[in-house]
Amino acid sequence: MCLAIPAQVTALLPNDMARVTLEGVSKDVSIALVEGVSVGDYVVIHVGFALSKIDAEEAQQTLALLAEAAALVAADL
Amino acid sequence: MKYIDEYRDAKLARSMAAAIARAVDPAASYYFMEFCGGHTHAISRYGIEDLLPGNVHLVHGPGCPVCVLPVGRIDAAIRLAARPEVTLCTYGDLMRVPGSKGTSLVSARAAGADIRMVYSTHDAVRIAEAEPSRQVVFFAIGFETTTPPTALAIRLAAQKGLDNFTIFCNHVLTPAAIQNILESPDVRELGRVRIDGFIGPAHVSTVIGTDPYAFFAEEFAKPVVVAGFEPLDVLLGVLMLIRQVNDGRAEVENEYGRAVRPDGNERAKAEVAEFFELRKSFEWRGLGFVPYSGLRLKEKYAAFDAERRFGMEEISASDNPACECGAILRGVKKPADCKLFGTVCTPDTPMGSCMVSAEGACAAHWTYGRFRDEVREAS
Amino acid sequence: MSVKTYRRKLDIANGHIDLSHGAGGRAMAQLIADLFHTALDNAWLRQGNDQAAFDVAGGRMVMTTDGYVISPLFFPGGDIGSLAVHGTINDVAMGGAKPLYLSASFIIEEGFPLADLKRIAESMGAASRAAGVPVITGDTKVVERGKGDGVFISTTGIGVAPGGLDLSAEKARPGDRVIVSGSIGDHGVAVMSRRQNLSFDTEIVSDSAPLHELVAAMLEAGGAGLRVMRDPTRGGLAATLNELAQRSGVGFRLEEAMVPVKPGVAAACELLGLDPLNVANEGKLVAVVAPDAADTVLAAMRAHPLGRAAAIIGEVVADARRFVLMRTEFGGGRIVDWLSGEQLPRIC
Repeated sequence: MCLAIPAQVTALLPNDMARVTLEGVSKDVSIALVEGVSVGDYVVIHVGFALSKIDAEEAQQTLALLAEAAALVAADL
Repeated sequence: MKYIDEYRDAKLARSMAAAIARAVDPAASYYFMEFCGGHTHAISRYGIEDLLPGNVHLVHGPGCPVCVLPVGRIDAAIRLAARPEVTLCTYGDLMRVPGSKGTSLVSARAAGADIRMVYSTHDAVRIAEAEPSRQVVFFAIGFETTTPPTALAIRLAAQKGLDNFTIFCNHVLTPAAIQNILESPDVRELGRVRIDGFIGPAHVSTVIGTDPYAFFAEEFAKPVVVAGFEPLDVLLGVLMLIRQVNDGRAEVENEYGRAVRPDGNERAKAEVAEFFELRKSFEWRGLGFVPYSGLRLKEKYAAFDAERRFGMEEISASDNPACECGAILRGVKKPADCKLFGTVCTPDTPMGSCMVSAEGACAAHWTYGRFRDEVREAS
Repeated sequence: MSVKTYRRKLDIANGHIDLSHGAGGRAMAQLIADLFHTALDNAWLRQGNDQAAFDVAGGRMVMTTDGYVISPLFFPGGDIGSLAVHGTINDVAMGGAKPLYLSASFIIEEGFPLADLKRIAESMGAASRAAGVPVITGDTKVVERGKGDGVFISTTGIGVAPGGLDLSAEKARPGDRVIVSGSIGDHGVAVMSRRQNLSFDTEIVSDSAPLHELVAAMLEAGGAGLRVMRDPTRGGLAATLNELAQRSGVGFRLEEAMVPVKPGVAAACELLGLDPLNVANEGKLVAVVAPDAADTVLAAMRAHPLGRAAAIIGEVVADARRFVLMRTEFGGGRIVDWLSGEQLPRIC
């Protein structure tokens, strides 16, 4: 029951709502559960609710870990 | 799609597969349980098994809230929906879950019950507001990811002063289920299920954080790596688990740092704590009664509880005796081990919930992976 | 002495269908003449008969029938009227036939706004004229309020197939190539975006289109090498390929990287938990083509406006289990199966 997808906040709306957009597809979702959301942030959406803000730095670190593991293998070949 | 496509990169996937192949001890075998149904689905959909070396095995766990809902709760919902004044609102996932005697919400709707699919809990509140003569009941189900949205729906209904909105609460808790598995005879004594570590749920963890898993790592000496749902997340999570096992470590690690913080989402947790309390015990399909594993509305919010408003009784119903959902949910058996799999039980004619929910082990295997089974006798 | 006959005009702007419009009397005659015949206008309809006559062409006649019960009636890129024309033409064209004529029967719910009915009829007329396939006969019925979802349209299409052509679902053979004429999932996403309980905004429009001219170009380029064509409507590409696998007793092997999906469609499917392979199309076709004809047919498709994004997405293999398998972009393997039950947005 955990399908959730990251999408970018493109507008803040009244009543703790926000418009998020993914590749030109927009949906209005609740941001009542996440603090300090600004336009431009990426949030993880689940059943019409934002649950978490994507941390860009952490995302970079994960990609770096992936790249590192890949590099180790490449070095071997 | 940002934060999605990067974690589906095929080239990186091949490198990760090679990295995993290099990291494993060829003399050892590794068994990792992916607790969450979302992972089960992702693993099948992307064919991740094909990228893992033969001595790394993924065991499917019970983290699919549709799969673990006992037949009796579906029967109760169907009975409720049969009342002429009730409008039952539900997530799409539940529509075809089999109740007793071949019933389901879909068949109940065909027979005239007012059952409506909603995408969000707010949709159900909107219906209650728009149709004051209807008793709108929201079929609330899900792990910790989905509970905060239900809490907010009740808050909204209370704010609007709605007296025709209630929920049928079937929310369940992840740590309780993990503990139940680790303490089960299958794992502890009988060795029927070998688990060397857990791939921790992605979005449950955005809410509860990574702290709650520390208990399992310490108490049971099993590493837990919380991983995202994209295929590269899963592969990196598996690599991290392999390294822990090789090093003899049993720690909680977080692969999904971009969305999961150690203490999770405080606001979401607070909302849940405001409206819900623990049930002493709750029945799970396959696991039986698990203590302190389910939630119900606090007395303060009894007015929003369908079970209390409609005097719903406990219905205990049993599964089809040949259905192996229970064993499959515990990781004791695989879908192909069930006699009904692929013959009597298919997604079109499901016998058990594992086959209905898109992230049930049986549905995932049937939909994406059954081509790997040995050819069965032609029926 | 001249007698002036006075007839009050149909109040298109504010009027609604009532039971008299289906009763067979003056009201019905006026509805048919002023609304339907005006929108669909052609020589046959102008004769005002209950039937239409035409000379039978030489060759094999092809006939198809279809029902349209779509909801909502109006969606980005079309409506039930244009969809009925395109869908029926496509069913005829998939048999390799040139569509000639259409019939259309309307079952309208009491209370349906005349303005909407006119819009639908005009859309149908425009689609039919653009495709060069007239609606030459029709019928109108009205049912009581609550007994029909606005309007249902039922059609029949006839056409003529060139002699010697034998396209059939049983003809796929190991080694054949699978070609899709363009991006998949557009129609389903466009319609879903208008469904009340799923509302999301998107620029994706339905791909609803008549494919008969694309088919004619394909036949000319490589007719002998064509095994079968089908338009993947309900159930999407997955359903169509599985049907063909069953009928021909073969398997398919697809490459996910080759299947065209628009980014907006992929995104909408992510949000709703759907697989584009299961989502309906109304302006696309799948063709199974002999290996030595595949490149020629593909080139002919890409030269046509409705086939610019055509691509070879896989091939037919021997497979006793008749699986449609796909290599994911990621490198693993997965089945592409029929969808079970109704398409429900997945939450999990």
